[in-house]
Amino acid sequence: MTHVAVAQSFLRRQVFSVDHKVIGRQYLDLALVAVFTGMLLSWLMRFHLGWPETPVPGLGKLAPTGAAGGVITPEYYLALMTMHGTIMIFFVLTTAPFAGFGNFLLPLQVGAEDMAFPRINMMSFWVTLLAFLVLLTAFFVGDGPPLSGWTAYAPLSAVGEDAGPGQGAGQTLWAISIAIFCVAQLLGALNFIATTLDLRTKGMSLARLPFATWAWLITAVIALVAFAVLLPACILLILDRVAGTSFFIPGGLVISDRLQPHAGGSPLLWQHLFWFFGHPEVYIAILPGFGVVSQILPVFARKPLLGPRVFITCLIAIAFLSYTVWGHHMFLSGMNPFSATLFSVPTLVITIPAAIITLLWIGTIYGARLRLTSASLFALGFVSVFVTGGLSGFFLAQPSTDIYLHGTYFVVAHFHFVMGVAAMFGIFAGTYFWFPKLFGRMMNETLGKWHFWLTFIGVYSIFMPMHYLGLAGNVRRYSAFTDDYLQPLIPLHRFITVAALFTGAVQLLFLFNLMRSRLRGPKAPNNPWEATTLEWSTSSPPPHDNFGGRRAVVTHGPNEYGVTGPGGRDYLMQAESQ
Amino acid sequence: MSTAILPPRPPTPTVPVASVATADGGPGDSHVAQTGVWIGIGTITMSFAALTSALVVRQSGAPDWQHLHLPALLYVNTLVLLASSLTLESARRRLSPLGLHVTVALGLLFVVGQVLAWRQLIAQQQLLASGPSSAFFYVFTALHAAHVLGGVGGLLYVQRRLAAGVLALSTYKAAALYWHFMAVLWLYLLALLTIRG
Repeated sequence: MTHVAVAQSFLRRQVFSVDHKVIGRQYLDLALVAVFTGMLLSWLMRFHLGWPETPVPGLGKLAPTGAAGGVITPEYYLALMTMHGTIMIFFVLTTAPFAGFGNFLLPLQVGAEDMAFPRINMMSFWVTLLAFLVLLTAFFVGDGPPLSGWTAYAPLSAVGEDAGPGQGAGQTLWAISIAIFCVAQLLGALNFIATTLDLRTKGMSLARLPFATWAWLITAVIALVAFAVLLPACILLILDRVAGTSFFIPGGLVISDRLQPHAGGSPLLWQHLFWFFGHPEVYIAILPGFGVVSQILPVFARKPLLGPRVFITCLIAIAFLSYTVWGHHMFLSGMNPFSATLFSVPTLVITIPAAIITLLWIGTIYGARLRLTSASLFALGFVSVFVTGGLSGFFLAQPSTDIYLHGTYFVVAHFHFVMGVAAMFGIFAGTYFWFPKLFGRMMNETLGKWHFWLTFIGVYSIFMPMHYLGLAGNVRRYSAFTDDYLQPLIPLHRFITVAALFTGAVQLLFLFNLMRSRLRGPKAPNNPWEATTLEWSTSSPPPHDNFGGRRAVVTHGPNEYGVTGPGGRDYLMQAESQ
Repeated sequence: MSTAILPPRPPTPTVPVASVATADGGPGDSHVAQTGVWIGIGTITMSFAALTSALVVRQSGAPDWQHLHLPALLYVNTLVLLASSLTLESARRRLSPLGLHVTVALGLLFVVGQVLAWRQLIAQQQLLASGPSSAFFYVFTALHAAHVLGGVGGLLYVQRRLAAGVLALSTYKAAALYWHFMAVLWLYLLALLTIRG
C-alpha cells in the first residue's frame, strides 16, 4: 500500500479517502449529527411527558399524522422513542467511541501507517452512513417511524402495518438499516483485529499496547460475534415482514381484527437472538470508554495506571461474561425460574471485573496531584456515572426485584447512566484529550470546564429522580400519565423535562467550542498533555502516512509516568530517544 | 518534549511468487490477508451458528415442522464444490492459471446447480413461505451461495493479480483458505439440513 497524498484530488483525500484518520473523523462527524438528532427526539419526548396537551410549535407541519396541531399522539411518542434509542445506541454509542476514535487512533497507537485493509475500512464508513440514511428515511415514508422500540420485539415488529402506524414501511426500513449497519461494523471490527495483530511496529509487543488499543481490540472481538448474530436475525425479521415466512410470528394471531397469515413462529426466538447481540452491545458502547479513561487518568494524575495487567485481564473477563448474561433482559418473558437464576448469577459475577477496574482508577488517582482539565474532568465524571449506574444494576440482575422494576423508569435511569451517559462522558473525555491530534488545534479549556460541570449536574438532575419514579411504580414507554394514579408524579416529570432541556442546551456550548476550535483554536504542539503513547510522537495532526515516512520503534510500555526521564521529564515515551 | 527514534522505514518485504509475481503487500506485513480471512471465517461461523440455533429453537416448539426432502441435485453440487477445492489447491501449488479458471468455473457451476435445486423445490410447491423447514433451507442455501459468489470474486482478483505478475503468495493462500472453508461450511449445512431440516 503506497500513500501518495499530494497527487490526489480533494475528493480522494477528504471524502472518499482510505486514510484511517479521515475515516475516523468522518465517523465522529456522523456521530455528531446523529447525537443531536437523537437528542432532539428526546427533547420532544420529555416535553410531551411534562406537558402532554401543549402543542410543540412547528411539529404539526413536520409530522402531520403523528403530531396533528403539534400535539404528539401516543403512537408518535413510541416512534420518537424507537428512533431515539436506535440512533443513540447504533449511530452514536457504537459509531463514536469504537468506530470513530478507534479508527483514528488505533493505527497510530500501534505504529502502523494505516489499517490492515484500507479500502474495506472506507467501505465500512460509507455503509454505516447508508444505514443511517435508510433509518432516517423512516421519518418520511408511510405513517412514519416504527414504534416497536430499539429492541424491535416480535411479533409487533414482524407482522406489518396491521400492528399500527410506522409498522409498515417504517419498520421494514428499520430492519434493513440495522442489517446494513451490522455489515459495516463487521467490516470495521475485522480491520481493528487484523491491524492490531499484524501491523504493530517494531517493539510494540502485546504487553506494550496502550490501554485504549486493548479496549478497542477486545471491543472488536465482541462486535464481531455480536453483529454476526444480529445480522441473520435481521434477515429473518425482514423475511417475516416481506416474504411471508413465520420465524417469529406465532399462529392464530389476530391484530387489528385481522387473522395474521402466519403459523408456528417463536417471538421468544427474536428476543434470544436480539439480546445475545444486545447485551454485548452494551459493552461495545462502554469498553472503549474504559480504555479512554485508563489512558487519560494516568496522564493527568502523572502516575502509572494501577495494575495494568489486572485491567486487561478484567477486560477479557468482561468480554467472555458478556455472552452469558443476555437472559437477564428476559426475566419477564415467562422463562423458567431456574433459567433466570442461570442468567442472574453471571450478571452478578460480571460486576466483579467492572468493580475491580473502577478500584484501579480510584487507586490510580489516589494521592495524585491531579491536573484538572476538561479531559480529566470528564474521565472522572465517567467513573462517577458508571458507578451510579452500576449500583442500580444489582437490583435489576436479580429476578425477584427485576420483575417489579423492569417495566419502570428505574431501568431507564439504570441504562442511561451506565451505558448512555457513561459512554458519552467517555466520548467527551476522548474528544477533549485527542482534539489536538485530530485537528492540530487546542480546544478552549474554560468552555470545556463549564461544559463539564453543567452537564454533570444536568445528567444527575435528569436521571437520579427516575430511580424514584421507578420505585414509585411509574411505568416506562407510556406517553402520558395525566389521568391515573401517577398524577402526583407529574411535577417530578416536569423537573426532569426542564433538566433535560437545560442539559441539551449546554451541549450547544460543546458544539460551539468544537466548531470554533476546529477553525480558530491555537495551534497544538505534538504532545500537549505530556503523554507516552505513539500518537503523541508524531505531528498534530499526523501526516498522511502517520510518521512521515519513518517507522516508530517502541522501547517502553505505555504506562511510564512518575519516572525520571530525560531532561527532567516525569515520563518516558513509548518511542523514546536514548 | 522528546523526539522519538524514527529511523527510515525499511523497504517493504517482498514475497516472490514464481518468476512473474512480486508482492503487493498490504501495508507492511504479508500475513495480513490470511489473518483477515481467519477473522472472516470466525464471523461467518458465528452467523451460521446463530441460524442453526434459530432452526433448533423454531423446530422444538413447532407442530408445523415437516421434514424437507432435499433434491438429489444437491449431492452433485456438493461434488462440484469439493472438486473445485481440489483444483484450486493444485492450481495454487503449481501456479497454474488454467487450474484457477477451472476452479472459478466450478464455483459458478455450483451456484447454478443450487439455483436449479431451488427450481426443483419450487416446482414441488416448496416455497420460502410454505413452511419452516423450506424457509430455513432457502435462507441457509442462499446465504451460503452469496458467500460462494464472494469467494468467486476473490478468485477473480487473484486471477487478475497473477496475470499481471503482482500476486503475493499470502494473498493466494488467503483466497484458497476462504474457498476451502466454503466447502467445509457446505458439508456442515448439508448434514444439518439432511438431519434436522
